[in-house]
Amino acid sequence: MTAAQIYSTVLILLTAFAAGLVGSFTLMKRMSLAGDVVSHIALPGLGLAMLFGFNPLIGAAAALLLGTILIWHLQKSSTLTTEVAIGVIFTAALAIGTVLTPNEDLIEALFGGFQSLNMLWFIAGLLAVCVILGFVVVFRHKLIMSLFSPELAAATGVNVSRLNLYFLLIFSLTVLLGVRFLGALLVGALIIVPAAIGRQLTHTLTAFLLTSAFASVLSVGLGLTVSLVSPQIKIGHVTLNLALGPAIIGVATVLFLLSLLRKKV
Amino acid sequence: MNLLTVKHLSVELENRSVVEDLSFDLAAGERLSILGPNGAGKTVLLKALLNLLPHQGEIVWAPNVRIGYVPQKIDADTHLPLTFTDLFRAKCRTLNISSDQIGEISESVGLTPQILRTPVGHLSGGQFQRSLIAFSLIGNPNVLLMDEPTASVDEPGEEHIYELINRLQTQHQLASIMVSHDLSFVFRYATKVLCLNRLQVCFGSPTEALSTDMLTKLYGESVGFYDHHHDHQPKPNSLRQ
Repeated sequence: MTAAQIYSTVLILLTAFAAGLVGSFTLMKRMSLAGDVVSHIALPGLGLAMLFGFNPLIGAAAALLLGTILIWHLQKSSTLTTEVAIGVIFTAALAIGTVLTPNEDLIEALFGGFQSLNMLWFIAGLLAVCVILGFVVVFRHKLIMSLFSPELAAATGVNVSRLNLYFLLIFSLTVLLGVRFLGALLVGALIIVPAAIGRQLTHTLTAFLLTSAFASVLSVGLGLTVSLVSPQIKIGHVTLNLALGPAIIGVATVLFLLSLLRKKV
Repeated sequence: MNLLTVKHLSVELENRSVVEDLSFDLAAGERLSILGPNGAGKTVLLKALLNLLPHQGEIVWAPNVRIGYVPQKIDADTHLPLTFTDLFRAKCRTLNISSDQIGEISESVGLTPQILRTPVGHLSGGQFQRSLIAFSLIGNPNVLLMDEPTASVDEPGEEHIYELINRLQTQHQLASIMVSHDLSFVFRYATKVLCLNRLQVCFGSPTEALSTDMLTKLYGESVGFYDHHHDHQPKPNSLRQ
């Protein structure tokens, strides 16, 4: 393994850990679906960046920032119109992104892949992971109160609207970290599926958070191994393409199905 | 000195006046009950007092005030892997205070270790309400705002909750503002009453302010007044609409 590959492997495992924690709060806040569609808005950013030849991550970051602010405003009014608006705007983003992204880059933008990282991007990634973990540690108590009752949290002095914005920004930062590996279509699943596994297996908060993070790291670790060792499997005339993103989400889904068989601990 | 002074308070929601021109006050240790029919603006008034809603007029809390709040109802998701122990700790950390008081408060409202270990969505109405009262007591409040704290509790449990609130108020010398439909509670425990039907219909001591004429004005002719007794049979002095 080269140094660049080691950087990538370390960063994707750390991203998985952070995604498991963020996913736990996303699930408790009942934002799984909204959170998933937020990740789709990364695609037009990736597409534009590829089209004009600048770093795709910068394009994705700009698009995610815009998307985050948009969904934050939409969330303030919880009407049917809001739900419809979220559905329409974010699937439209996926369509526009598909049109904008050059054909040769589309599959990678949608489904990701294993990419070697230089030292600079590795350090930037590490800093982003630290920001996400720091947010969870510092704000977890306020998040817990606000997801139980926004009103009670506000009466205790929590600025719930601002907290929601911070949470969405952290969600988007997690998406941004994962998008180069899993692609715009699948990165949301890295946040949601491990949390669903954690919820299925536990009923205390600490166990839930740790199990989600562990399930996420396990999915990424196994998915990465499968994808690197055997990127294509032939079964008869059919060739299965085990790219990184689908391999990780495939493993996570199998773990989720297995978790359905287990009783809660 | 007053803990709270309210002058000409009005709240509009979606261009509709919900409460209008309310003026009242609350001194340390006083117990104010808010009475009024459904839709009179009682919950909106409490939320305005907590600064959770935009409003016009003056709401002035004393500088030393520490507010505990018991909301009307929280529909806790059964899927939440949260216990009230988690929530009590979360409140302590948010207020930046020690969590040493959690044990004592839990004991004083009758929360057993088993209740404290049970996820919030799986508690009975009474257990949940006791837990919310305990939550409101964290941070040593000197005034409690309670919005129908027995709304999701059955009748025998209701009486226990009222007795608990009364005991805690006496023990901690708490002032309170409570929305309640139970006239027997108002007559037994309240020192002041505010009648609300969008406008302020009455304000004063229960015996002076709550005449039969006033109650009829507040609730209409069709309402009967019954007393609320412990054998769960309707008796004169409680409201039945």
